[in-house]
Order: sequence, then C-alpha cells, then structure tokens
Amino acid sequence: MTASATTAPPALRPGPAAPQPTRRRGRFGIHLFLGAVSLAFLAPLLLAVYASLRPYEETAKYGYFSFPRRLSFDYYRQAFVDSGMSKYFLNSLLIAVPGVLLTLFLASFVAFAVSRLRIRGGLVLLMVFTAGNLLPQQVIVTPLYVLFNRVPLPYWMSDSLTMYDSLWAVIAVQTAFQLGFCVFVLANFMRTLPREILEAAIVDGAGVWVQYWRVTLPLCRPALAALGTLQFTWMYNDFLWGLVFLSDGDKLPVTSALNNLRGQFFTDYNLLAAGSVLVALPTVLVFLLLQRHFIAGLTLGASKG
Amino acid sequence: MPNTRARRAGRPGPRRHTRRDLIVLGVLLGIPILLDLALIWGPTLASVGLSFTTWDGIGDIQWAGLKNYDNLFTTYPQFWPAVRHNLLWLAFLGLLAAPFGLLLAVLIDRGVRFSRFYQSTLYMPVVLSLAVVGFIAQLILSRDQGALNAVIGGRNPTDWLGNPQLNIWMVLLAACWRHTGYVMILYLAGLKSVDPGLKEAAALDGASARQTFFRVVLPTLRPVNVIVGVITVIESLRAFDIVYAVNKGRNGLELLSVLVTDNIIGEASRIGFGSALAVVLLLVSLGFIVTYLVQELRGEQQR
Repeated sequence: MTASATTAPPALRPGPAAPQPTRRRGRFGIHLFLGAVSLAFLAPLLLAVYASLRPYEETAKYGYFSFPRRLSFDYYRQAFVDSGMSKYFLNSLLIAVPGVLLTLFLASFVAFAVSRLRIRGGLVLLMVFTAGNLLPQQVIVTPLYVLFNRVPLPYWMSDSLTMYDSLWAVIAVQTAFQLGFCVFVLANFMRTLPREILEAAIVDGAGVWVQYWRVTLPLCRPALAALGTLQFTWMYNDFLWGLVFLSDGDKLPVTSALNNLRGQFFTDYNLLAAGSVLVALPTVLVFLLLQRHFIAGLTLGASKG
Repeated sequence: MPNTRARRAGRPGPRRHTRRDLIVLGVLLGIPILLDLALIWGPTLASVGLSFTTWDGIGDIQWAGLKNYDNLFTTYPQFWPAVRHNLLWLAFLGLLAAPFGLLLAVLIDRGVRFSRFYQSTLYMPVVLSLAVVGFIAQLILSRDQGALNAVIGGRNPTDWLGNPQLNIWMVLLAACWRHTGYVMILYLAGLKSVDPGLKEAAALDGASARQTFFRVVLPTLRPVNVIVGVITVIESLRAFDIVYAVNKGRNGLELLSVLVTDNIIGEASRIGFGSALAVVLLLVSLGFIVTYLVQELRGEQQR
C-alpha cells in the first residue's frame, strides 16, 4: 500500500529519495494491471458492437478479427424494425416507468412511517419488507402463476381477461418485490434527516400527509433520484417475470424478447449482437449520464454503518 | 384542536392523530403491506403448502405428504447436479469475484490517475441484464462463430457452451464479469468512508501496508463485508438469467432456479413438485436472510 505513504509525514521515511522510485514503479504497475483488467472487461462489449456492424457473410468468410470491408447499421434496422424490437421496448417502458414510480411512492411512505413517525411495530415491518426482497424469485413464482391465472380483469385492462398474460401482473410483482429494497434504503436515509424540521411541522399542526409529502419527501430527493435510477435498470433488466407471467410473445419486455432473435435452426450471431447492443443501450446510457446517482443508489443501502 | 397542539413535557407521548391522519396511514401503509403479503409472503407460504401435494394446476389438490421431497432427493436426476452447480456458483462468486472486486477497489482507492475511467469501465457490466450477458457470452463462446475459437484457431473448435463439462465454467466467468464490478463499487464506497486518521495512526505505529490493510482497514469494512456476503449468496441462489439465455439451463447448466421454472412453464405443469424444489431454495436462503436480519437488528439496537 504505497498510497498510504503519501499521507504519512515525510520525516518518517528512511530517506527523502528512497520512496519516490518505488512509488512510481508501483503506480506504473497499478496502471498496467487496471488497464489490462479494464480492457478485458470492455472487450466483450466492444466485440459485440463490432460484430453487430458487420454482415454475417463477411464474418463467416474472413473470420472475426479481419479488417472490415463494409460496416453498416443493417442489423440494427433489422433487429429494430423487422423483428419488432420497438414494440418490446415500449413494453419494457410500460412496465418499468409505472413500476418505479409506484415503488418509490409506496416505499417512501412506509419508510416515513417506520423511521419518522416511529409507529409501533415499525421494526417488524422493516424486517418483513427487507427479507421479502432477499427471497429468490423462484420461491414465489409458482403460486403467483396460479394466482394470476385466477384473478379476472375486465377486457379493457387485459385482453386475456386474467391478470396472467398482462403487463399488470409484471408491474404488480416488480413493485411488490422491489418495495423491500426501497423501504430498507429509504428508512435508513430518513433516519439521517434532522428531526427538528418534522417536530416544527407537527407543532404547526401538520397532518401525517403534510409531514410526509411536504416536509420529508423533498429532503429525500437525492435518495429518490439514486433509487429511481437503480430501480429503473433493475426492472428494465428483469428477465424472469416477463418470461413466466406473459405468454403472448407480443407483450414481452425487451430483455425477455431477445430470445426471439435466435432462430430455430440457425442463429445469425451478428443479428444477435445488434439486438444485445440495442437492449443494453438504455441502461448503459442511464449509467453514463447518471453514474453518480446510480452508484449512490447501490451504496445507500450498503454503507449506512 | 388547540389544546392537543400543546407540547407535553414527556415527549414522545402517545401521538395525537386525527381521523384524517389515521385514514392516510391506513391506506398508504395498508397498500404496500397488502402487496407484500399477497405477492411475496403469501406465495412463499403457498409454496410450502403446495410442496406437500401432487397438484398439476388444474385438477383437485391431492395431499402427498413427503412424496415430492422423496422423489426430489432420490429419483429426480437433475436435482443433485443443480445443487452442485449452485454451490459452485457460490464458491466461484464468493472466493473469486468478491476478493477480486475488493482488490480492484483497493487499487482504485489509492487515487491513481484515470481512476474514474477504471471505475466506470469495471462497473459497466453491472448495468447489463444477466440475459444480455448470456447473449454476449454466446457471441464469444459459440462453437462455430464464436470469437474465442477464432482467436485460438485450430481444426477442432471447442464447444465452450455445448460441452457439459466446460459450459458451467464459462458461464461462471460471465457471471463473475458482472459480480466483480458490483462488489468493487460497494467496497469503494466503504473505503471512502474509512477514517484516514486510522491509517495514519497505523503508519505512525510502524505498521506495514499489509498490516494496515488487514488489521485496520478490513475490520472497519465489516458492514460492507456483510453486505457483499449477503449479495453473493443471494445472487448465487437466484442465478437464472444467464443459463436460461444460453441454453435454457440444460445440458450441464442445471440450477435449482431453472428446475423450478421448468416445472411450471414446461409441458407438464408439476406445481407440487416444483414447489418442493422452491422450498429447498427457500430453506437455504432463509438461513442466510435470518442471519443477516439478526445482524441488522443488532445494529439497530445500538443506534
């Protein structure tokens, strides 16, 4: 750990000249190592982008790493238009956007009640929600499948007339499942807020709703932004719920629909590459644009100690 | 209600909620609690109940006692391989990906130049869905068109994902690709919150870099270690997307999660049997969940 040397007083070093070269060599080694690992981590993505831009025939004829003779966005057009990925993207949005908003709203109220109102049994509530989020999805999948098949919905809500095979099922289960994580994170966050503001509001006669909506929630903006970003990627990336609760191929979210690009007998890997890049694009963009929020969201839940 | 507004001396006393307050509380606490009970805990209990039946989802529910479990442990050929694969997953993520993530975090935390670039790059795979990771794995590892075989060359291409001896390792590598970055971010946040004074004090006492790390820094990272442990276990038990994207979890890629899914969306809807599988998964994960919650609870009481 040469870095700790920089914080140590220089007088402690054996000689003024000695630590310099070792540190520089250490730094070089670190860059070499981190550079190599970064490259290895990026390589699969770069490869997918490269493959998606080349026609299959060319890859087949000249091999993967030959110099490209022709690059085009044909596969993207094919994936997006011919395979109808735009439709699946829309499905993903129709699930993730209401899912995130609903989850944040409900979770923030529970967190508020537990950590700010300190309602009786709050701790038990917190534990029940948190533990629920840690269960493997497969533990609940079978009964939910049966349940959704038995919940009738009017035609204007679901053309299958049941909750099964409708986006409602996926939204509901996403919301219920992610509530746990959000309650946990938000309750920890709200505990760090100054209590005086809330007490002042109570003295002023603010009801529960005002205490929540006007007094507490505005202070939670950073946490909500972080969680919102994180939850969006999680809900968008989810694969299982769509797969199990939707039988009509047209309703699938884009992650689960990627499978459709794979042919029965022949897989055009360049097309698959284009599809993978397209599916990954929104979350990668969200990450690059909102990186700070994104990482804050993950660590909010983890580094409260 | 001016008189109730007066602050009593001994706060917090019984809080005075108006009717409206109670309605708000009832509705806005009630909905999430109902959702959680109806869609998470209810189904969990139902899984336990159904695991003692031989239900196919349509006909009458017939009690079967422990028959499903007996079948599971003795005659279902995919069960033990799936358990082994889940354990392997846990070992691989826990002993390889997590320490590697810690190493990367420690290196980046030393404040080298371009650290933001390294951090973003290493973290990038985490934002991809595991399904996309599975598809990208196919681009690289497919027998005839994969990039890896193109690099290696040779007359007899290796079937990285088709060979049941090999494919689990390849998929584990892909899973590590994602897990390492996740762990790294958690440790980076933890390292940032370590009091630099501690390290200075250790240096003043003449501790070596190694000693400082293992005796001073690592113990203060305990909460992060717990989180990483929980995430690693949960991810290993939940593992599903990658193998399902690669080959629907067959031919050497069996996992408990895949077997559960197969038993309900497969041709024969064996709900009772699938539930027994889910209960095995539940029991294993509950052990870890309870341990974690007890830990949390203790922290809560110290607060």
